[in-house]
Amino acid sequence: MTTSSALIDMQNATKIYQMGETNVLALNNVSLSIAQGEYIAIIGTSGSGKSTLMNIIGLLDRPTDGVYRIRGQNAGDLTDSQLADLRNKEIGFVFQQFNLLARASAWRQAELPLFYANVSRSESRRRALDALAQVGLAERADHKPEELSGGQQQRVAIARALVNRPSLLLADEPTGALDTQTGEEVMALFEKLHQEGLTLVIVTHDREIAERARRVLTMRDGAIISDTRQAAAQTIELPPASQAAANGRFNGLSQPALTPLPQPGAIAKVEEDIYETA
Amino acid sequence: MKLLRYFRVAVDSIASHKMRSGLTMLGIVIGVAAVLTILGIGRGASANILSEVSSQGTTRLTVSPGSVSSDGVAGAGGSVQTLTMGDVAILSNPDLHSDVTQVVPQYGGNTQLVAGSNNTQIRMTGTTAAYADVHNLKLAEGRFLTEDEISQRSSVIVIGTTVATDLFGRPQVVGESVRINGEPFTVVGVLKKSGNAEFGSNDNSGFIPIGVAQGRIFDAPRYRGEYTVTSISADAASEERVDAAERQIEQTLRLRHGLAADDDNDFTISTQASLLETINTITSTLTLLLGSIAAISLLVGGIGIMNIMLVSVTERTKEIGLRKALGAHNSDVLLQFLIESLVLTLLGGLIGIGISYGVALLVQSIPNFNFSLLIENDALAMALGVSAGCGLLFGLYPAIRATQLDPIEALRYE
Ligand SMILES: Nc1ncnc2c1ncn2[C@@H]1O[C@H](COP(=O)(O)OP(=O)(O)O)[C@@H](O)[C@H]1O
Ligand SMILES: [Mg+2]
Repeated sequence: MTTSSALIDMQNATKIYQMGETNVLALNNVSLSIAQGEYIAIIGTSGSGKSTLMNIIGLLDRPTDGVYRIRGQNAGDLTDSQLADLRNKEIGFVFQQFNLLARASAWRQAELPLFYANVSRSESRRRALDALAQVGLAERADHKPEELSGGQQQRVAIARALVNRPSLLLADEPTGALDTQTGEEVMALFEKLHQEGLTLVIVTHDREIAERARRVLTMRDGAIISDTRQAAAQTIELPPASQAAANGRFNGLSQPALTPLPQPGAIAKVEEDIYETA
Repeated sequence: MKLLRYFRVAVDSIASHKMRSGLTMLGIVIGVAAVLTILGIGRGASANILSEVSSQGTTRLTVSPGSVSSDGVAGAGGSVQTLTMGDVAILSNPDLHSDVTQVVPQYGGNTQLVAGSNNTQIRMTGTTAAYADVHNLKLAEGRFLTEDEISQRSSVIVIGTTVATDLFGRPQVVGESVRINGEPFTVVGVLKKSGNAEFGSNDNSGFIPIGVAQGRIFDAPRYRGEYTVTSISADAASEERVDAAERQIEQTLRLRHGLAADDDNDFTISTQASLLETINTITSTLTLLLGSIAAISLLVGGIGIMNIMLVSVTERTKEIGLRKALGAHNSDVLLQFLIESLVLTLLGGLIGIGISYGVALLVQSIPNFNFSLLIENDALAMALGVSAGCGLLFGLYPAIRATQLDPIEALRYE
């Protein structure tokens, strides 16, 4: 993969957290290239550096050492203002903790990125409501976080990440707080958007979800220990009830096209990487 | 307009912390109300005194014995009183004093007035007929002393309304008889009640012919064979000629008192204009002093705002991190917090203005309170300006602190 065509290009990125006397090596010499339109899952044990990597990709954090380029621009050379614009217009970020405002209603939360994109009030309200409808929360638009379940809060956060129509969606365990059915619906939405051109990077603990991606990165101790490309992703068949619900709640979204199952070898390799003891 | 949207964010934030916002505003509310009220009282009092003084005529000059040293303290210099009826006679010569129209001697002291079984202590002034004109006296009943009565040293008296009611229980007492030192005097006139101010009121005064006061009543001391006076009033031809009149009077008195070129005056000439100036200086100094004490409370209020804004920034570290992660520029964060603090202080300022108007109404409703609280547009503009300034000034540091937060550090903050 050539550097110039890559959406994201990371060379020898290292992140060290200083905790008093001791240094924590959260990211250890990571090199990674992601092309436009990829669908990537990142797996790894807790503390292996997944969130750290996502934060750097999402321009929320800077590597201690190494180079990070997004669309060929060196992130280290960008001004605060340019970084803010990229976060606002290019990147949708779904946080591991939902990070909602405590006192704002769901549609105001979803509208927030548009506020900073100078979209007019009426237009931003309409788009916020659209985004909420996409995640099946149209009816909850005026509810505050305290009036929503954990899963619903996570979906508000997802609507907020999608509202500005980013080209890169970074989701840190987006289905962690969701029940199986809602998790499936969210994944189906992501995959539909991916087919429309969205570049998708998802951190997950869930093997089944990882298996749907075209490329799986496995992390341990701050390093990427395997980078597997799967010939094609599997689409898990939804039970009829949830399929109907998905169709209804997700604005008549169509299921992704059926694709061949992943090669057993690829999955075995992934499992090995995750569960193998050090 | 983007500023209006920050305004909405600010109002939301203030509304969701009502208690805290209210307490924060209190400093500004009290500060603004205190400054406006004190300024209003100062201006009201000064306007009242000034109108009282100028209603007594602005062309008047008063000559009193003794000198006033440069620092304004009456000098002990002349233990001998040198201002006499002879001075009055010379000053009354219009050929020598072209800008002086009237000269009125006064000899005054405190004395007891008796009518039947009632008595009252009053300020008694012996003077001439022109006094009423020079001092703008108005009579409620009867007339003032006449030239004839002055020259014949008649036993007649003009009294103030308080004196009349104290002695007779009523103000219409022309023709009644009162006693001074056992000697009967006929009341020929009663003065109109003076304005509501105590300043320059004649309500507790009595006026008798000057010769009577100097002779039978007070037995005034003489200087070089002439009766002394306690003061001389003079009227200048016009307001523009007051200074010229003052110089003419000074020249005559210096010559007549035989003062050498380097001697100080043994008398003092004061004019209404200089009195007005003095009063103005005193009231504005007083207002400034009290106003700056009140301004300190505004400052304290402003520091309170800064405190709360700093707490607010710390408390909302996570929110700031989130906003930045979603694309807020530093300027967005700065404006959000600045406008929040501006809204807080302006609201506080408006409430403070409301309170000072309430105090003004209250003051007006107090009976016998002689002046009203003057709140003028410049004071209002200043109050709002200072409130807004406080908001911007004391909100700036916390707002800058907010912009300096790193998005991911801020998001991790608990
Ligand atoms: N702000 C921080 N300060 C210190 N250490 C941190 C911080 N954030 C993460 N770490 C450490 O860095 C390592 C990677 O963390 P993280 O990227 O959150 O892992 P994951 O998301 O895979 O669970 C962990 O050892 C974690 O304790
Ligand atoms: Mg994590």
